[in-house]
Amino acid sequence: MNKYYMSSLLAVFALAAVAYFGSMGLPWLFGILLPYAAVVVFVLGFARKVMGWARSPVPFRITTTSGQQQSLPWIQQARIDNPSSTVGVIVRMALEVLTFRSLFRNTRMKLHDGGKFSYNLEIFLWVGALAFHYAFLTTLVRHTRFFFEPTPLCIQFLENADSFFRFEIIYDFIQFGLPGIYVSGLVLFAAAVYLFLRRLFVSNVRYISLASDYFPLFLIIGIAFTGILMRYFTKVDITAIKELTMGLITLKALTFQVPEGISALFYIHLFFVSVLLVYFPFSKLMHMGGVFLSPTRNMTGNTRQVRHTNPWNPPVKVHTYEAYEDEYREKMIEAGLPVEKMPEPKVEKPTEEEKKE
Amino acid sequence: MSDETPKPDELFGKIDYRTPAKGWMDTPVNIRKGMYCYASNPKSVKNLGLPNARAWNPLEDDWKLPENWQQILHEGFKERLDKFRSIKIFMDICVRCGACADKCHFFIGTGDPKNMPVLRAELLRSIYRNDFTPTGKIFGRLAGARPMTLEVLKEWWYYLFQCSECRRCSVYCPYGIDTAEITIFGRELLNLIGLNIDWIATPVSNCYNTGNHLGIQPHAFKDMLNFFVEDIEEITGIHVEPQYNKKGADILFITPSGDVFADPGTYTCMGYMLLFHYLKEKYGLDVTWSTYASEGGNFGFFTSHETMKRLNAKMYNEARRLGVKWILGGECGHMWRVISQYMDTMNGPADFLETPVNPITGTRFENAASTKMVHIAEFTADLIRHGKLELDPGRNDNKIISFHDSCNPSRGMGMFDEPRYVIKNVANNFYDMPANTIREQTFCCGSGSGLNAGEDMELRMAGGLPRANAVKHVHETYGVNMLACVCAIDRAALPTSMEYWVPDVDVTGVHELVANALILPGEQDRTTDLRGEPLPGMEDADEG
Ligand code: HEM
Ligand code: SF4
Ligand code: SF4
Repeated sequence: MNKYYMSSLLAVFALAAVAYFGSMGLPWLFGILLPYAAVVVFVLGFARKVMGWARSPVPFRITTTSGQQQSLPWIQQARIDNPSSTVGVIVRMALEVLTFRSLFRNTRMKLHDGGKFSYNLEIFLWVGALAFHYAFLTTLVRHTRFFFEPTPLCIQFLENADSFFRFEIIYDFIQFGLPGIYVSGLVLFAAAVYLFLRRLFVSNVRYISLASDYFPLFLIIGIAFTGILMRYFTKVDITAIKELTMGLITLKALTFQVPEGISALFYIHLFFVSVLLVYFPFSKLMHMGGVFLSPTRNMTGNTRQVRHTNPWNPPVKVHTYEAYEDEYREKMIEAGLPVEKMPEPKVEKPTEEEKKE
Repeated sequence: MSDETPKPDELFGKIDYRTPAKGWMDTPVNIRKGMYCYASNPKSVKNLGLPNARAWNPLEDDWKLPENWQQILHEGFKERLDKFRSIKIFMDICVRCGACADKCHFFIGTGDPKNMPVLRAELLRSIYRNDFTPTGKIFGRLAGARPMTLEVLKEWWYYLFQCSECRRCSVYCPYGIDTAEITIFGRELLNLIGLNIDWIATPVSNCYNTGNHLGIQPHAFKDMLNFFVEDIEEITGIHVEPQYNKKGADILFITPSGDVFADPGTYTCMGYMLLFHYLKEKYGLDVTWSTYASEGGNFGFFTSHETMKRLNAKMYNEARRLGVKWILGGECGHMWRVISQYMDTMNGPADFLETPVNPITGTRFENAASTKMVHIAEFTADLIRHGKLELDPGRNDNKIISFHDSCNPSRGMGMFDEPRYVIKNVANNFYDMPANTIREQTFCCGSGSGLNAGEDMELRMAGGLPRANAVKHVHETYGVNMLACVCAIDRAALPTSMEYWVPDVDVTGVHELVANALILPGEQDRTTDLRGEPLPGMEDADEG
């Protein structure tokens, strides 16, 4: 399966090279046009996909019943894991989306010597996925400071909460060298690397992984890596970058004038993000939207209580009782079973046997 | 069990969880004896009017497919994407996190990676990507896409009939992707080109004509219940009189025909009959059986949505014809999945029935307000709760019981506490299996969804292993010798699987236990249980 992750890795390196060399000659392309195009593709693609899902009806109410159904009043229902009310569904969905509830159930099957199976809780995927997603979210929200002038207070709060490490600088000349360290960026990087290693070393997961599983991970690792490089290791011209991003958000960038002094590293970072945005609607990353529409989780499990209708419920051919009785009437009467129609009294034509008698 | 089925040790030894060096797309399917069911009898397929009736053999190269089978599948796929939001979403959003991978009993029992639910679904997804997504069309293999070929088709058939549609995998999926629904959808596609198995097609055909899977005609159905009447009289001294096709009865009772036909389901059937007799004598409850709707089970569910609807229609039609107030359903698994997930939607609204009320306790079954159909475990639990049954649980004292949550009532409706409440009130020795193997995490018996044939015994025993392994644990720890369940397929499948893996454990329906404990007015001193085995303390009593 090596070819799957090698091809993805190479693709990401190739993208970096494209951005590195491309931005030298065509900074407006990588700094302005592609980001705009990417956002447009993302928004339209995302909307199209979700609308495509929504266009198909939900013919049957098939929910995941992860607990006791609503039943007799004295039986305790699992109101969240097998909800029969809208409130239950909302709580269930909130738990799924915010805490990855189902993933937290994960167990690992193990066959022991002596022939016994065990199924113990396996929380590492849950921890890794949760860390990854929250770090992603935090990083995303933090980045909005590039699009507001001045930086809104709530973003500043988040930044403060996120940075665990900030020297009070005494010497002016190193002031810029030691910015606060953001937990989210590092966690994002580490969690993405963990998810990759998991794909590589857990044999089942390696076996099911496709290039399209490795590619987004490498891309995100690349984004986090270039971000970390820019922040802590190489000096980038923040003022110029903010000028560009402010230009993008205020549409002033449509003049295609790129500020001077932006490093290639930034263009690589930005290009990766653009590619991720374009890739998003056409890939499994759409689970972000899909999780909200998944019929097994976003519906009440009360089919027996409230009728669910199917818009395309077609009529079918059935074997009616009348046809059934016609077929078996004699035998039914003989067995003393009630029938709807007594047989026509037969016109007394003697049968073969009677004739003989 | 045929001689070719490997011995338990051999089967255990075969399990190998190491993944092959070659990728799954490069590993061709190997259709192996013992792991698949025979192809359907053309007569049955024809009787139902399903496509491409012909004799064919999965082991042969030529499956006698229609000329344009690829086109039929492609169009069938497309049509269903537009009809089922679930399928559309499940095709798009799986992240291949692998949370579902080791949850499938067929994977645990065989180690075959294509039995990981995620790969089972990928067999279809790979075609979906190729046919319907831009990334699949552009990037092909890299995006996990591949074109439909005969090889792929054979792989579909083989692995879609190695899934018992139990939904265990979906419990763990972060997005609720339900591989069972994908299997149901895949089998429906296969039916479009006539790829069914006989263990499903022939019961469906029988059921369509005679009203039940076994093809029991009306008079024979009555004869069979009459045998039980005699047995019951011998054991209890009570003469019960089941009613058939009775117009104006209060309740129509429907149960799978398996209970009428084979041990140990027959004892459960006797259990129902005794319970109804008791309720009639004491409280005047008027229950009728039907010979027309004499099948609760619905193998149409394993064929296509349309076929399921055709078979299921009989329940409401019969209830309407007889003018009953509501319907009571016996212990059956997939019958209840169909009732809970499909019946009202497909064949309702049942506005000619009343919201079920237990006339004896006054309880309104609010959770069945629309389907108008109550599960007998709910019904009996309610009776016991209100003290309406006189019970002697001591009569079950020689049984040390555990409860197998059948996959359908568990993950098709969420019925866990009702049967446990009933068992604990009719018996004294009850021990649950380990927590991660029961309730919503329960393991399938290994033979569900129409796979309980004879020729796929190795598959069934492998799939039954996780369940049996947990039973073995309680057998060794608490001396469990009786496995209770509320499913007719379980009662047909688990005895074989127990005999194979845990030979000292027997299988029973819940209502067999109820009837053993039920003290009937005017009964003789019982010396045996419904199976004719001595009651506790009666081991030395003379066989009167
Ligand atoms: C709401 C419920 C969500 C759940 C339960 C969830 C779960 C997961 C899981 C299990 C993975 C797989 C990790 C792996 O093994 O590779 C993953 C990957 C990912 N998710 Fe989510 N996710 C959710 C929402 C989101 C949202 C809202 C986003 C928005 C950006 C998102 C973006 C990603 C990305 C970028 C990846 C990683 C790339 C990859 O592994 O291919 N997810 N998610
Ligand atoms: S648990 Fe769900 S998302 Fe994860 S691999 Fe299985 S089906 Fe896909
Ligand atoms: S539904 Fe059951 S049998 Fe089918 S893949 Fe999932 S766990 Fe396996």
